[in-house]
Amino acid sequence: MNIIVCVKQVPGTNEVKINKETNTIIREGVEAIINPFDEYAIEEGVRIKEKTGGKVTVISMGIPKVADLLKETIAVGVDEAVLLSDRAFAGADTLATSYALSMGIKALGEYDLIICGKQATDGDTAQVGPSLAEKLNIPHTTYVRKIEEIKDGYIRCQRLTDDGYEVIEMPLPAVITVVKEINEPRLPSIKGKLKAKKTEVKILTADDIGADKDRCGLKGSPTQVIKTFVPEHNVVAEMIEGTAEEQAKKLAQKLLSMQFMKAR
Amino acid sequence: MNYFLTEEQQMIKELAARIADEKIAPVAIEYDIEGKFPHDIIKYLADSDLCGVYIEEKYGGLGGGVFEMALVVEELSRACGGIALAFAGTGLGTFPIILFGSEEQKQKYLPDIAAGKKLAAFGLTEANAGSDAAGIQTTAVLDGDHYVLNGTKQWITNGGEADVYTVIACTNREKGARGFSAFIVEKGTPGFSFGKKEDKMGIRASSTRELIFENCRIPKENLLAREGMGFIVAMKTLDRTRPGVAAQALGIATGALNAALKYSRERIQFNQPISSFQAVQHMLADMAIQIEAARALVYQTCRHIDSGAKNISKESAMAKVFASDTAMKVTIDAVQILGGYGYMKEYPVEKMMRDAKITQIYEGTNQIQRNVIALELIKELSSK
Ligand SMILES: Cc1cc2nc3c(=O)[nH]c(=O)nc-3n(C[C@H](O)[C@H](O)[C@H](O)COP(=O)(O)OP(=O)(O)OC[C@H]3O[C@@H](n4cnc5c(N)ncnc54)[C@H](O)[C@@H]3O)c2cc1C
Repeated sequence: MNIIVCVKQVPGTNEVKINKETNTIIREGVEAIINPFDEYAIEEGVRIKEKTGGKVTVISMGIPKVADLLKETIAVGVDEAVLLSDRAFAGADTLATSYALSMGIKALGEYDLIICGKQATDGDTAQVGPSLAEKLNIPHTTYVRKIEEIKDGYIRCQRLTDDGYEVIEMPLPAVITVVKEINEPRLPSIKGKLKAKKTEVKILTADDIGADKDRCGLKGSPTQVIKTFVPEHNVVAEMIEGTAEEQAKKLAQKLLSMQFMKAR
Repeated sequence: MNYFLTEEQQMIKELAARIADEKIAPVAIEYDIEGKFPHDIIKYLADSDLCGVYIEEKYGGLGGGVFEMALVVEELSRACGGIALAFAGTGLGTFPIILFGSEEQKQKYLPDIAAGKKLAAFGLTEANAGSDAAGIQTTAVLDGDHYVLNGTKQWITNGGEADVYTVIACTNREKGARGFSAFIVEKGTPGFSFGKKEDKMGIRASSTRELIFENCRIPKENLLAREGMGFIVAMKTLDRTRPGVAAQALGIATGALNAALKYSRERIQFNQPISSFQAVQHMLADMAIQIEAARALVYQTCRHIDSGAKNISKESAMAKVFASDTAMKVTIDAVQILGGYGYMKEYPVEKMMRDAKITQIYEGTNQIQRNVIALELIKELSSK
């Protein structure tokens, strides 16, 4: 199976700093790492390859330095690394990013499955995976916690929801985004690291992948960041105890007292 | 301090450090209390190719030597000296094969050890033969195509968990130590069983057991080198693995200094962190000085050995003594810096102090090492 894993470089810290003027993330002076959720995507890709054969390619859009990070993925079983790097890609929002990635992926040729992390730890939007699927006109499933079955042209997976999971079938090729419950990423091996050292990361420009520069980078990004904040989760939950009957009674009383319903 | 490691050595050290920090440190105290053998950690080491760092590439290893082995042991021991011993004890059991094995023996045993599929152990000590290893009683008698082993080895690291055992036994009692021979014994051989698991002060994640041989028949091909070479096999092996014990001590000491330093910044007494007291500062400084000196000696000794030097007993003994005495002293001081908290299992230094002690005892007590060093000094003088 031909698997493509999308990978993003993010600041390697829990405390993401925001530039107050532009409302964007400060990336200078912070150690760069592979987005932690993408590590699960890579591991899942490598596991599928180990079972079905084929190859795993990682692809990223970013500055030339990202190539060093992509190289590291070779040490955990990735076969090829591709970096989309061009001034034209700078300043991309999720729309421009998914466009560039879709063009890059098309340029790579045939593929069966694209795996992304559920979101990146810097922007936290979770948009690029689904958006990429739309651009490629293929189906997608987000928040995959387990692949139950995968074979030629078919995947069945479990999608994590707030209170359980859904089982979803799709034809391949398709995009999935994965959550950390899906696996435990392996550590690199020394032989893998030695191989990584010798591996060349393929660097492609906007022209190489035939991308329309007006749809790339800042030019192709309609998003305006007005304010960034962590939304407050104001859910106050009270668990009602007792047998089903007692619970129903207490619930009804609660709803009555809160005037959500009227007694007849 | 920059020790000018090669790129590959640096990789090995960093990967071992990652396993120590991410996989070992969080479970170290649990394994210690329960005396749990670290099979899962061995799996991480195996998948990372670290099990074979000191084994030749043609047998699936990374082609390093004593230095590479020591780097792994040091890093793992920072998090747990007991868990690290599953790896180091395998080195001790494997070096007789690396040094004296025939091509067939190497091909048969080294690849599985390099891949982490099999662990090894080394059986020399007996109830009445510790420092005086020449006093062993276990016998091996040739009977047709087989040697028949009888006797009991005591306190064997990785006992019961290892698949490959290199064992020293008497083939000719009249000749004393010149009548010893070394054998490879596989787990599962009829007549080969294990005694109870010892309940130890420290390194409790390591398994220490008796090896019991009762008319245990092993194929003649399992003889290492020649008959009569057993004592030499043992001594040459220990010369190469003592830096491993030194590295274990170094790792434990480093872990203790790190813990004490961190704590000294956090603990407030008299409205200030205890690190502001000169008495504490000087203790920390002395710990760091001794550790760095030990590291310099251990690393240089490893390089000396890996360079192919012939006489290495004295250097190897020096590294072991210095690093293990350092570990003992540093861990005691670490407990002191943590005060009452240092005495509790909630903090890691209590265990480190217990773990450090063994490094002064096994693979030759530090008294015996000093005997070796002094004898060499005298020999060197009289040969001038
Ligand atoms: C946890 C553990 C794991 C071990 N693992 C292994 C293993 O894997 N394989 C193996 O073969 N062995 C193993 N051993 C055995 C270990 O190597 C011996 O315990 C060690 O060599 C000391 O022998 P002993 O305990 O019999 O002490 P003894 O020899 O009885 O010594 C007792 C004391 O007398 C001192 N002493 C003895 N002789 C002299 C002398 N000539 N001059 C000055 N002082 C002397 C010693 O230094 C010591 O302080 C292990 C031991 C332990 C505790």
